[in-house]
Amino acid sequence: MKLKSLTMAATVAVAALSVAGVAHARDQIQVVGSSTVFPYSQAAAEQYANETGAAAPVVESTGTGGGMKIFCGGVGTGHPDVTGASRAMKKSEYELCASNGVTDITEVLLGYDGLSMAVSRSGKQLDLTKAQLFQALAAKVEVDGKIVDNPYEKWSEIDSSLPDTEITVMGPPPTSGTRDAWVELVMEEGCEEFAAIDALEKDAKKEVCQRMRTDGPFIEAGENDNLIVQRLESDPNAYGIFGYSFLYENQDKLQAVKIEGVLPEEHTIADGSYGISRPIFFYIKNAHRGVIPGLNEFIAEYTSDDAMGAGGYLSERGLIVLSDARRAEVQKTVKDGVNMPAPK
Amino acid sequence: MSDTTSQSGKAKVRAWYEPDAKLSRRHSADKRLRAYGIAAIIFALSMLATLVGTIAITAAPAVTQTMVTLEVEVPEGAVDPSDPRGGSYQRILNDSIMRIFPEVDTPREKRELRKLFSNGGQYALRDKVVDDPSLIGRTFDVTFPLADIGDQLHKGVIDRNLPPDYRRVSDMQIGWYDRLVEQGRISAPLNWGMIFNADSRFPELAGLWGALVGSFYALLICFFVSFPVGISAAVYLEEFAPKNRLTDLIEVNINNLAAVPSIVFGLLGLAVFLNFFGMPRSAPIVGGLVLSLMTLPTIIIATRAALKAVPPSIREAAIGVGASRMQTVGHHVLPLAMPGIMTGTIIGLAQALGETAPLLLIGMNAFITAAPDSMFNPSTALPTQIYIWADSPERGFTSRTSAAIIVLLGFLVCMNAIAIYMRKRFERRW
Repeated sequence: MKLKSLTMAATVAVAALSVAGVAHARDQIQVVGSSTVFPYSQAAAEQYANETGAAAPVVESTGTGGGMKIFCGGVGTGHPDVTGASRAMKKSEYELCASNGVTDITEVLLGYDGLSMAVSRSGKQLDLTKAQLFQALAAKVEVDGKIVDNPYEKWSEIDSSLPDTEITVMGPPPTSGTRDAWVELVMEEGCEEFAAIDALEKDAKKEVCQRMRTDGPFIEAGENDNLIVQRLESDPNAYGIFGYSFLYENQDKLQAVKIEGVLPEEHTIADGSYGISRPIFFYIKNAHRGVIPGLNEFIAEYTSDDAMGAGGYLSERGLIVLSDARRAEVQKTVKDGVNMPAPK
Repeated sequence: MSDTTSQSGKAKVRAWYEPDAKLSRRHSADKRLRAYGIAAIIFALSMLATLVGTIAITAAPAVTQTMVTLEVEVPEGAVDPSDPRGGSYQRILNDSIMRIFPEVDTPREKRELRKLFSNGGQYALRDKVVDDPSLIGRTFDVTFPLADIGDQLHKGVIDRNLPPDYRRVSDMQIGWYDRLVEQGRISAPLNWGMIFNADSRFPELAGLWGALVGSFYALLICFFVSFPVGISAAVYLEEFAPKNRLTDLIEVNINNLAAVPSIVFGLLGLAVFLNFFGMPRSAPIVGGLVLSLMTLPTIIIATRAALKAVPPSIREAAIGVGASRMQTVGHHVLPLAMPGIMTGTIIGLAQALGETAPLLLIGMNAFITAAPDSMFNPSTALPTQIYIWADSPERGFTSRTSAAIIVLLGFLVCMNAIAIYMRKRFERRW
């Protein structure tokens, strides 16, 4: 008797398996991509589901690169419809897409995101230049015209006007899009200031400009920005690097570091006077429009004035919005489903 | 020889009951060992207490949810009774908020005021009207959550004595909030939404329902796959298989499999179930299958141990009265081993419930604002929901993360308690 019921259970399980194996129709929209774009996709998805009462879109944070890989996996219900990216699509990714038959893609510039460096309210607020940040955080720096392993242990060794405390900066690991952006916007620009590094050949220069130090002062703190916030709170001499939204949510605990004399604020990021902001994108698979139910409506919601406009609900989550003219342009591109050209 | 005897003869003769240095050394070694043991237990218990204590303290604010009650008038023409979903509830709600604060008139101030109330208000109102369309044209009370900032203010997480630059709530918003309190519109009932709502980007609306349903489906699949397969494998290996090098090899492999890190099973699931079989991403069915791979070795090992514990005399007696081997196993050995098997299974499932890494790889860490209808629909699971919330910037998620951890711990404690109970209740000593 017992054995019989076991056999039954096994049969049921096997049957369930084979049913799942059959290709399934999908009635939810699938969104993947960067953790930076994740909160905005969340917001648009929730708004869309609440307004229309349709099946809630599935939004997954996979990182920019991971998202591209899944997105470019092919056309069909087994592959996602939209991917978010904290940088523009690379040529190699576009080619991967094309090789899997994903040729019609619309690129949407959603807005801008600021990166911030912050310290506990009980710590010292700094005003740093990108060159100083490069000196504090790079693996190799220029001292007296020579390129040497980074000797700086204290901020005051870089510039006597800076405090006499140890350099401690917590930042994202190399897998993170935030790290990519930090390297591109701070390290690579900062290293331009040094003649000996600037004179290097292209590859060697890239190597020096991009490598972060690993001898202690720069600490890779993992992908969880809340953890960095907690650690900053307990150590007033430590500085942290993360997205602007975390700074915004934790104003009672943290203060921002000025970059080239400018504090990260909504208007300084939007007009570009704050030097560390990056464009963020999402990409739409046009072959899925009209096939996946609700995809067009979801995209219309995502790019509506209520969402990405000034004072829209995405700006409440920390998105720095586009100008009205630029937004109108983006909305038209999306509506017409214009395919993006191949990246260079 | 005689020398030694004479020497020992000279040494002090000790009676057997007299303690000597060696004995007291042995006694003190014994005491030390006990002291080490007690110290280790105290250390482990204090660690556990610190862990559970900090989680409980952090979770405390999430036990209640600050709600606001407003009188809302739904004018006759504002909602079409034949299509009550389509009304502009946002505007209706805004109008009733403005009636309480008539002095607020600039758009900027209005926006600031609106931030105090949850975005979920309009949907609470909509659902009420959809349920009972006769409310159109009437004035009635609607209770809905305050937004995160209001909630945190009510609970004192946001310190109103800090300078305005240091906090997310402006002086103006504190004034409005105080007026709501004076008018008795604020209440803080138990936070049932935390259990019965699906996920949301707003902490005050976010709940665990989607994750609970997802975890339930995943465990169901996990049970229905790993339990029969695990028992069949164990029964064959223990009762029928010949003892040779091949079965030895299989046994070693099963024991090894139990120690493989769970993320490896996640990668396997991604490659086999998603990429090869084309199963849906983020679905509990895939999660359940991956978890069952992980649970299988645990169940096989537990089942074999339980079968081994059944004395051979039972088998011999059954065969002696003419039962076949199949009947012996089916009628006697397996039922007698069942309590042990169930205990092992429940412990295996409890392990699977807390497993995060493999689920991350198959996409069960997605954001979905609705609970799944079936095991083929995308959803999250309890541990991955904790992972998502822990990563969210909003302050309200800090306490909710800890509260979710407590819910997960609660389930684990329950499952382990059931396992212990079954062992005590049905265990047979031979």
